[in-house]
Formats: sequence, structure tokens, C-alpha cells
Amino acid sequence: MNSITYLQSLNSKLHQLLNSRDDIIILGEDIQDPYGGAFKVTKGLSQKHPQKIFSTPISEGAIIGVANGLALRGFHPIVEIMFGDFLTLTADQIINHLCKYKWMYNNRVDPSVVIRTPMGGRRGYGPTHSQTLEKIFLGVPFLDIVAPSNFHDPGQLIENCIDNGGPFLFIENKSLYPNPIYIEPSDYIRNFKVEISGEKKFPIIHLSNNDFEEVDFLIFCYGGIVPIVENASDGLLRDEEITSELFIPSLINHFNDWRISEKLLRCKNILIVEESSTPFGWGAEIVSWLIENHKISRNKTINRIGSLHCPIPSSKNLENIVLPSADFIIQTIKDLV
Amino acid sequence: MVLIRRFELKLLELFDLGLLTGTTHTYIGQEAVGVGIISALEDKDIIFSNHRCHGHFLAYCNETDGLMAEIMGKKDGIVGGRGGSQHIQYKNFYSNGIQGGIVPTATGMALAEKIKRTNAVTLVFLGDGTLGEGVVYESFNLASLWKLPIVFIVEDNRYAQTTPTEAAIAGEMVNRPKAFGIRTWETDSFDVTEINEFTSEIVSFVRNETRPAAFICHTYRFGPHSKGDDFRDKEEIDRWKQQDPISLFEKNNNLALESIKQISKDIDIQIERAVSFGKSSPFPSDLI
Repeated sequence: MNSITYLQSLNSKLHQLLNSRDDIIILGEDIQDPYGGAFKVTKGLSQKHPQKIFSTPISEGAIIGVANGLALRGFHPIVEIMFGDFLTLTADQIINHLCKYKWMYNNRVDPSVVIRTPMGGRRGYGPTHSQTLEKIFLGVPFLDIVAPSNFHDPGQLIENCIDNGGPFLFIENKSLYPNPIYIEPSDYIRNFKVEISGEKKFPIIHLSNNDFEEVDFLIFCYGGIVPIVENASDGLLRDEEITSELFIPSLINHFNDWRISEKLLRCKNILIVEESSTPFGWGAEIVSWLIENHKISRNKTINRIGSLHCPIPSSKNLENIVLPSADFIIQTIKDLV
Repeated sequence: MVLIRRFELKLLELFDLGLLTGTTHTYIGQEAVGVGIISALEDKDIIFSNHRCHGHFLAYCNETDGLMAEIMGKKDGIVGGRGGSQHIQYKNFYSNGIQGGIVPTATGMALAEKIKRTNAVTLVFLGDGTLGEGVVYESFNLASLWKLPIVFIVEDNRYAQTTPTEAAIAGEMVNRPKAFGIRTWETDSFDVTEINEFTSEIVSFVRNETRPAAFICHTYRFGPHSKGDDFRDKEEIDRWKQQDPISLFEKNNNLALESIKQISKDIDIQIERAVSFGKSSPFPSDLI
């Protein structure tokens, strides 16, 4: 198993992109060296490419607007929004500008901007630096949202976003930065047999702890919640002999490439686990998709697990109550079977 | 100026006939600003306009057929009927309907042209009301900090829809860009030639020094903000109409009545052709 981390994958890919292409510009707050960004994703870039790295004032709206202008005139900007919570300040630029121009101008332009941002809690940063706010952007037309898990290669996904073109919101759950990622093809990772489906650019990872035979639970999850679901899945197999299969997309707001096998559709229990709170969220959309496209029968259980529907507390013990934990997932599943 | 005036009068007529839907923001009265400014630009320069964009657009390219069809929502409009009156794109001309939101995008375009060393100047149109938007000041700051070749034009037509500037703007407008170290010009002229000369001076400063500039143009719109939202005194409007930029141009240039009539006649033919073009174009059906 290789030993590169989620953070290293991102950082080395940005170095590589700047070395190999002239049209990449990176903008964000405090991204220049020696600081290299709040989470060090841009470390070392400004030393090697001082003309391509723009540390900006605290002006999230303008940063996205400037990136949009650069893109309309031929560049491929990558923007870092220091904390995903600050995306609220960019909403007009994303919704009414960046994601509108191509369509509104009858495909005469095609601005490509990748907006990277760290999301999520478990660091004790409290109500305004811990949220999972991609939830409010999931339904924006022409905005693709990519949220790599630790089973994806986040650096490669950034490059794929750029090659694909168009506006992308790229969600990096900050709890994943130190995690090792699994990027070499492998049939098994730890207790799981691995399969990959979907478009090659934005792969969907399937993990089964029953060799892709029938399982007790089908679990949908993405991004930073994946290692937690993985732990819960291990615990359930070990202690309760409950088997599960995980469905982990990278492009989280399109169903185009999502396929559920007949075998899996016979699974009695479906669970969706997300780090946002569940009301009106990602899980709700998946449930609708399952019902509309897969005629899910009544003898199944379908459940969602997410954060409690309240701000993320600073106090560690309260944060642990609000965010979904492996123990909570295990208990929920045990109660269901 | 005559083309813009008569084109927009025609739009109002078409609204009354039920041939146009949605809304429109006319430029009538402000023509000297758009024409004076845009005629001072080079082909490579970029214009980002706003909701009140017809005047800027016609000053830029004279594409009456495409604009008329676009406002009618037809397939042969400049952007296939998708954008309508406020959202158009043609060559180096862009417009969008969100107040102030276009300003950072234009700033990014100026950065792009600076990096590419094209020596192109980007020009963005704001209104007095737009000065209420925070992202404008984020953009002023970045443009000055990064020495970007951009001109911020503020067209102060005295009202933000129905709110007079006195009720919306504290302090002097010119002090806003100046506070960011942006060299700022100001005029209350309705003379297109004078505005053109000012602009040439501003644009060559921006091009030669690679620095931003601002140009505050105090003007007046003779028509309502959009439709059915005019609460101004008729006397006030009539007083401003005495400064009509078209009459002023005729007077200053001693244009003979005959030549004015001929210009208007030619323009009306062009506009009628645009109306026929728009009418004969099909409605779009393709959403992709």
C-alpha cells in the first residue's frame, strides 16, 4: 500500500499542474509561502511560481469574480476558499455569474474555475469553521460538486475537473488531509473488496465486506464521513456479523453514472450517511432517486444519518454529539436489524 | 446617440403592442455617456455592462438585428434568446443583470489581459445604486493593489430605480474610488465630444501606466428605471430634458436640419429592418 496522504496528493498535483501548464492561476487567502495556506495545500507553490500564485485580501466574493474573469479570458484558475463556511460570501458570484455565463450566453463562452475548499468538523473550530455547506449548493444548475474520499486520489480529481472544463466546487473534508489515500489499483483494501464504476474521470468506489455477494446493508456516503462509515462497517461485521457494501461517489450531485446492481437492490436495508444535517439534504435526494428510478419496495428500510440540525459546537464533547460517529452508525444499524 | 434613442423608443412602442415581454431599462437621456466613452476604445478593449446595456451595446457594435431579436426572445438573437435585454455577449462585450456582481469579473478580465500583456483596457459600467454593493469595494481594492488596467465608470443618473442618490449615498461619490488610491475623473457633461475627450485621456492613462481609473459621470435618465416605476416630478424631468445630449450635439456641431432628418430617416430604416428580422426569426426551442 502506498503511503501518500490526501494532503500530499493535492499539493504535489498543484506543483505538477503549474510545472506543466501555462494557463493555471491559483488564488486564495494566505496561500503564499512561507505560510502556504491554512491547511498547507498550496505549500511551496509561490516559491517556484511567484507569478501564478495570488494571495488575496479577505474578499471571497471578489476572488470568485476575478477567477471567473480570468476564465472568461482563457485561463484555468483554481481558487482556495480558506474555510468552506465562507462559501456563503461567494454565493452570488457562483450562482448568478460563474454558473450562468456559459448557458446564458448561448455557449459562446465556457469559463472553467475550480473552487477548492476545506469543509467539515472534528477539529473543534466551532459554529463558523466546521460546517458541511456543500449542501446548499447541491442544486445549483451547471455547478458540479466533487468531494473526494480517502479512497479517491484528490490530486488526480482536481486535474480531471480542469480537463473537464466548467465550474467545479471541490470539497476537501479537512479531517481527511492527514489520511493515507489508496490510489493504486487493488482488489482488496483492508477488509473490503474493491470495485470501481462510473465515468473514469469521477470514479465511484464500491467497497464490500462480503465479496460483493448479498449484504445486509447498502450504505451511500462520500468525502470525510467515509473513514467513519468504514470503521462502523468493520465493527458491525466483527461484532454482529452484519455485512455491508459502501457506495462512494466522487461527483456527488449527478446521478448519470450511478448504477445499482440487481443483487444489491435485493438488499433489505439502505442507509445514507452524510456529515451535513439530514433535512432537505443529499440523503433526501438519494432516497428520491432510489424511489423514482429503482422502484424500491416497501419491505425495505431506508434511513439517513447526519449531523443534528443545529450549529456545530466548539466544545469537543458537544461536537461529538452533533456529528455522526462510528458508534452512532453501529447503534442505528443494530436497532434496525 | 440617435440610433440608441430611436431604437429604445421603438422598444417601448413594441411593449405597448405586446410584442415584447419581460422588462427593459432604457438609456434615453444618458446616450452621451455610453457613446462618448465607448468611441474612445480600441477593438481589443473589453466592456462589461449591466442591466441598462442597450445603449452601451449599440455604441459598441451597431448590431441592431441581433439585439432586437434577442430582446424579442428569438433564436437569431445575439445569445439565442436566452439572455434577453440584460444578459448579452458579443465579441469583447459582456453584460449581466446583477448590480455590482460584474465588477470583480471585469477586474479578473483586466488581470488576465495584464498577464497576457495584450495592453487591452477593461471598462466596467456601474450605476449610482451599484455603489451600495460590497463586492464593488473588494474590486476597487484588488484593482488598485494589483495595478490592473481597468476603468470603473459610474453612471450617476440620480436615481436607483426610485430611490434618489441623496437617500442612498453618504459622502461624495468621487471619494469612494479615491479612497483606494484609484485616480478618479468626474463630469456632469451631456456633451458627447467632451465625454469622449475625457475618456481618451483616462484610457491612455490606464493603458500607459497599467493602473486603474474611475470616471464618475453625473447624468440623467429621461425615462423610468424600467417600466411603471417612475415617481419623479414631471417638472424635474422637463428641466433635465433641456440638456438633451442629442439636441446639444446638433447645436454644437451646427448640423443642418436636412442632415439631421436624413440621419434619422436612415436610422429608422435600420430599426424597421431589425424589427422585421426579429419578427421573422423563430422562437428558440433548444435548451442545451
